[in-house]
Amino acid sequence: MSLLEITNLNLAMRSYEGETQILHGIDLKIERGEIWGMVGETGSGKSLTGLSISRLIPAATGRYLAGSIRFEGTDVLNATEREMRKLRGRKIGMIFQDPTTNLNPAFRIGTQLVDVALHAAEHDPSVLGLSGNASRRERRRAARRVAIEMLGKVGISDPIERIDAYPHQFSGGMRQRMLIAMAMIGKPDLLIADEPTTALDVSVQAQILKLIHQLVLERDIGVLMITHNLGVVAQLCSHVAVMYRGRILETGPVRTVLKQPSHAYTRALLAAIPTVHTKRGELRGIGDIMAEAG
Amino acid sequence: MIRYVIRRLLLLVPMLLGLSVIVFAIARLLPGDPAALAAGPNATPEVLASVQREFGLDKPIPLQYWDYLTGLVQGDWGVSIFTRRPVFEDIVTFLPATLELVAAAMLIAIVLGIPLGLAAAVWRNGVLDYVTRTVSLGGIAMPRFFLGLLLQLCFVTWLDILPLSGRFPLIDLPPEEITGFYTIDSLLTGDWYALRVSLAHLALPALAMSLSPLATIIRMMRASTIEVLQQDYIMTERALGLSSRLILFKYVLKNAMTSTLTVIGLYVSWLLGGTVLVETVFDWPGLGLYATQAILSQDFMPVIGVTLVIAIIYLLSMLIVDLLYGVFNPKVRSS
Repeated sequence: MSLLEITNLNLAMRSYEGETQILHGIDLKIERGEIWGMVGETGSGKSLTGLSISRLIPAATGRYLAGSIRFEGTDVLNATEREMRKLRGRKIGMIFQDPTTNLNPAFRIGTQLVDVALHAAEHDPSVLGLSGNASRRERRRAARRVAIEMLGKVGISDPIERIDAYPHQFSGGMRQRMLIAMAMIGKPDLLIADEPTTALDVSVQAQILKLIHQLVLERDIGVLMITHNLGVVAQLCSHVAVMYRGRILETGPVRTVLKQPSHAYTRALLAAIPTVHTKRGELRGIGDIMAEAG
Repeated sequence: MIRYVIRRLLLLVPMLLGLSVIVFAIARLLPGDPAALAAGPNATPEVLASVQREFGLDKPIPLQYWDYLTGLVQGDWGVSIFTRRPVFEDIVTFLPATLELVAAAMLIAIVLGIPLGLAAAVWRNGVLDYVTRTVSLGGIAMPRFFLGLLLQLCFVTWLDILPLSGRFPLIDLPPEEITGFYTIDSLLTGDWYALRVSLAHLALPALAMSLSPLATIIRMMRASTIEVLQQDYIMTERALGLSSRLILFKYVLKNAMTSTLTVIGLYVSWLLGGTVLVETVFDWPGLGLYATQAILSQDFMPVIGVTLVIAIIYLLSMLIVDLLYGVFNPKVRSS
């Protein structure tokens, strides 16, 4: 049984102008220990695929026309809200793009971490290293201990003191580390990271990627890394899926796809990366290349 | 924190000083002679002159202001020309009634407004949302005195379950005075009869006053909750499995409170300054009624006194709101 198996996923979104189909037959299979990069332009449906895995698209705006998502055998699209909550935070961790807006500004870092840890422990007390019949106070105290541990693990110095600080007291890179801590504290089996480094500068970006890589090795989890940065994919991922206009054009091990891209779009995407040798005026947009290819 | 409070309190002094100049000038420069009114229409010039001398009205206005100001800091807020009672004592008598009314109205508005606004945001465009929206619109649009009359018609004339007006039955003895709030005093002394009676008297005027802050709090709370619900961090919290109840009552509520707090602070002072109409309709012996009578008889000492008291309460409530911002928004605290 695969960790995650998406088969023929078709999603339509409603707006004032009517319903538009966004995802056209997405197929994707992720196993433990694999780091998948999902690349594509803005609006190609990467993020919506990621949100669909945790079923976070509100029923009022999104409608699945066909297809299925199976996470460790659970049928995500037909599960109850209760079953989904068991997965979220505990089995599936999520990190979003902007660390400045994804932490609740009115609460201490520790409060948010502890709540996520307590939630994960509801379904699996071993997350806190406790047996099932621990008292509320014991669980709170254990959750705090685990939170401090987790902050240390993502590279926050003095976690015992920093746990009671507020998000605005940290830099962007630090906040992204905290979001990773929040996503990882429930010991998930799948981590979905939606452009986790886009809002960060290059050196911090490298640190964060290294951190994610380390956590994957340590815990043998599967990762879906949504990004439009092919450099990130080459650096971190074992597999890659290329998305364009709601379709997956090409999937495979990262070396194969980046070295011998079989699809014209993937070649266009690769050609759109400037190198040191690119001369002024030589860099071409994806649109031009695709137009030439017909 | 304490230094901040002290600094803010010290800032009150120049503000009140400036205000006292303005109010004193306006009250004294208005046409009409309070001494003439006090002395009566048939007073001889000699009597008039003696009244003017008695209240110091014959001195030049700047000197009158100086006398007033030096008295003010010593707790002498002047004497009412009509009742010949010290203004300070009058204010001490009437202020608790008004504060109790405003506090009750705000309590109703906050206790009902915050959950209703929250619910209207969560079930947006649902039945509750439409009902609160309609009632809110009515609440803002309807004058308070008119609402007071409607309430009297409904609860007194038709249902006959609440007293028409006043603060306590004239034939009864109000509870022993501790705070001057009848409800709190009767609670403190364990006088359950007095509690029931004072609550019954308080209900209609408080309700009449609460509707417009209630309406505004609902609208404010609804708008800010909707805004907070769309924030990225709420999506993160949902994605990590926190229950909708925890997210709403803990993580959303605290963020949504900040803007609602501003409205609450503003309404406290707005109600204080505008109790006159409701106090008149319900014959509520408060500051508003006292001030109106003083204005109508050009009795300027009480007018200035009441204005200063309202200003002090206004500035203090703003200070409390600013301090509460820090509770709800940690970013404010550090700056």
